[in-house]
Amino acid sequence: MSVRRLAKEQPASFAFAPDIQDKVAWWIAKFPPGRQQSAVIPLLWLVQKQQGWVCEPALRVVAEALSMPVIRVLEIATFYTMFQLKPVGTVAHVQLCGTTPCMLRGANSLKGVLAAKIGAKDHCSTDGRFSWEEVECLGACANAPMAAINDYYYEDLTEASLEALLADFDAGKSPAPGSAIGREGSAPEGPALTLTDPRLYDGSRAKPLGGLPNAVTPEPAQ
Amino acid sequence: MPKAKVNGVEIDFENGMTVLQVAELAGEEIPRFCYHERLSIAGNCRMCLVEVKPGPPKPQASCALPAADGQEIITNSPMVQKARQGVMEFLLINHPLDCPICDQGGECDLQDQSVGYGRDETRYGENKRAVEEKYMGPLIKTVMTRCIQCTRCVRFITEVAGVPDIGLISRGEDVEITTYLDKAVASELSANVIDLCPVGALTSKPYAFNARPWELTKTESVDVMDALGSAIRIDARGPAVLRILPRINDAVNEEWISDKTRYACDGLSRQRLDRPMVRKNGRLSPVSWGEALDTVGSRLKSANPERIGVLAGDLQDAESLKASLDLFRGLGVASLDCRQDGSVLGNGPRESWLFNSTLEGIEQADVILLVGANPRVEAAVFNARLRKLWLTGKTRIGVIGEAADLTYGYDHLGAGPDAIAALGGAGSAFGAALKGAKSPAIIIGQGALNRADSPAVLAAATGLAASAGVVREGWNGWNVLHTAAGRVAGLDLGFTPGEGGLNAAAMTAKGAVDVLFLLGADETDLSATDAFVVYLGSHGDAGAHRADVILPGAAYTEKNGLYVNTEGRVQRGERAVFPKGEAKEDWSILRALSDHLGARLPYDSLEQLRAKLFADTPTFGQIDFSPGSIPAALDLGALGVAGPVSAEPFASPVRAFHLTNPIARASVTMAECAALASGLRLAAE
Repeated sequence: MSVRRLAKEQPASFAFAPDIQDKVAWWIAKFPPGRQQSAVIPLLWLVQKQQGWVCEPALRVVAEALSMPVIRVLEIATFYTMFQLKPVGTVAHVQLCGTTPCMLRGANSLKGVLAAKIGAKDHCSTDGRFSWEEVECLGACANAPMAAINDYYYEDLTEASLEALLADFDAGKSPAPGSAIGREGSAPEGPALTLTDPRLYDGSRAKPLGGLPNAVTPEPAQ
Repeated sequence: MPKAKVNGVEIDFENGMTVLQVAELAGEEIPRFCYHERLSIAGNCRMCLVEVKPGPPKPQASCALPAADGQEIITNSPMVQKARQGVMEFLLINHPLDCPICDQGGECDLQDQSVGYGRDETRYGENKRAVEEKYMGPLIKTVMTRCIQCTRCVRFITEVAGVPDIGLISRGEDVEITTYLDKAVASELSANVIDLCPVGALTSKPYAFNARPWELTKTESVDVMDALGSAIRIDARGPAVLRILPRINDAVNEEWISDKTRYACDGLSRQRLDRPMVRKNGRLSPVSWGEALDTVGSRLKSANPERIGVLAGDLQDAESLKASLDLFRGLGVASLDCRQDGSVLGNGPRESWLFNSTLEGIEQADVILLVGANPRVEAAVFNARLRKLWLTGKTRIGVIGEAADLTYGYDHLGAGPDAIAALGGAGSAFGAALKGAKSPAIIIGQGALNRADSPAVLAAATGLAASAGVVREGWNGWNVLHTAAGRVAGLDLGFTPGEGGLNAAAMTAKGAVDVLFLLGADETDLSATDAFVVYLGSHGDAGAHRADVILPGAAYTEKNGLYVNTEGRVQRGERAVFPKGEAKEDWSILRALSDHLGARLPYDSLEQLRAKLFADTPTFGQIDFSPGSIPAALDLGALGVAGPVSAEPFASPVRAFHLTNPIARASVTMAECAALASGLRLAAE
């Protein structure tokens, strides 16, 4: 993580899109009167959803909507790394996990792919459609290496599968999130190796119970 | 009363105190950076670690830990010592070792505490972080690499000043104190963050690299920039006043001062009148004292006393007012006035022009009505007290006057005097609250007192005050908020027109007087007068510009003088440096002039003058006593004259906060602040 600053080039103004206005109102109404400032993170997130990143005019718009000092909004926008303070790729923004488990499972070679296909880290590609950054652990270590692309996790990546994913995004498709090698969630790769005995599931091993282990024993008669 | 043991010594404390406060009560010193008595508790510097039993077997941050009955607090155990050393080591990881070039050197909390509680050597070999400097306006210089993130400045600006301009952005080791996009801090109290900063991250820009604290002569005095009489310390080296710092006086300024109080001091060495001058052939030319006094004396002697006018300025000490009063009354002059702005107060009981509830006592008030006052610019430090009151949620504030941003919420009840009468009506919710209040207070500002219809405004306000019971047994909530430091002293002395005398506006009219004697009066329009103008004062401002004779006087840092603040508290200003050039203390000039007139004043020293002052006006003998602390009865009915009021909105006499007096107008720093405040923003640097 490095010092987080607002981007040098900023749009002149920002306004919530008409279809987002309702969501803004919903979030503000969620908090009791006088506590509207609590909606600052959801509102900044809506800004990011609409625009892809959080621009400086948007900070002022949010501050005004919540009647709070704009410096407080800036504090929050710079505190949380989930808020992008400069433009990201319009088609895909890749957040590649570079923390130890992913690194051990080959994240470094994926960085090479991203650098070759998109360009330098933390920068948009020349056409502005792609960008990538390295992030800290995203909590999917069982499926390392992985990357979050836009809103979804793409797991068990290899150089080839990451390249394919990028090609799909480039072609305007929305590739299915999850494991690139067909794992279900974080279940083991390939067919099941344990608990394969069909008798476990057909009820044949079931025996009548002699009694419940924690059943209340009746008091002995006097 | 709960008891706790501090290092084995048992001590009683009050419920609600923190461990740190209890330890201090027991006389133990607890090092701290982020904790400050007048700010909220942050608990983020960890320097105040102590051992507390019963509790977890680890050091606890004493500033944020409530003290409990039967607690055992240990501040000198090896565990505490080791914890402090550890915290200090962490703080110094990223703190540059640039004390020799740091302005905080010699008065730095970090420096002192690292000597007291730190290790003797560093074990840190990594790179230190560096942080970009920030722009915070013309007063605050930043060296943000030195910042230890105590957040005192953020808390002060947000809580006390009420102008949330400073924040802590980013996180972890990258956190930085900044304003929003290098905006200048827009508070009248902004420079107090310099005092609060425990390190050299926020230092004084105008004072940068000027002096070391041990080179300075420190003089405790009072401020004259507004009528509060804030307690200040004047730091001077040789003949120059280098800086002004606040002193703690809970009854007046707590421990804050306004930016004007602090930074108008560079005006003390600019635009100074340092030798007597007489206008010859249309130009002022330097002359000897004897010639100047002879010229004035012959003019005064040849003039009819009815054709002499004396106008006193806003920064005058009581002694010079007394001396000029004695001198000119002795000559038979009736046209004396100390109210350049045309205020109508001055006839009646002393309580009618005082801030009777006292500045501290206002905290008892539950409903406060401001009439024609904008305390944010007229008395910035007092405004912080009103904000503190408002923050408690127990005080309701109403404003009749301009709807300015006062940094707290208020009911805006109207812009002009007609709103006062409306408050008495049945439909007014605020009026009802005022009448039902336990301790109602009305604060009437100069904006309501310097108008053509002011007698009627005053009558309407006193009518409201009477119906709301603002003056009652044990409580006097009739408060006048003055803007001029010398005003209350002048009114106390009776420095107002005698029988048949002219007031300020009348004596500056064309052909009204033959000789106009200005005692530091610069706030009045002199364009019409065709009199022979004598100016006694310290700065070349409006008065000196028009003057025919200039008698150079002393500024407030250059004379011992008594000042009476808006609550009637007499305070002693002390001389920090000598008057500039050939200038003399004001009273001694008047004494010398009296010799030339053959009407020698009966005092040869300041002590004799004060003795006479105390004998003639005993209230001046009560140094540092505020009369309002013993609520006095006041007949409000005698004030003002009932009559029609105009609908014209009240306007504060302070249009530009930074430029209200000749000293401030001579100050480069104040000029820069004023330009910034008016949106002109000079090119920085």
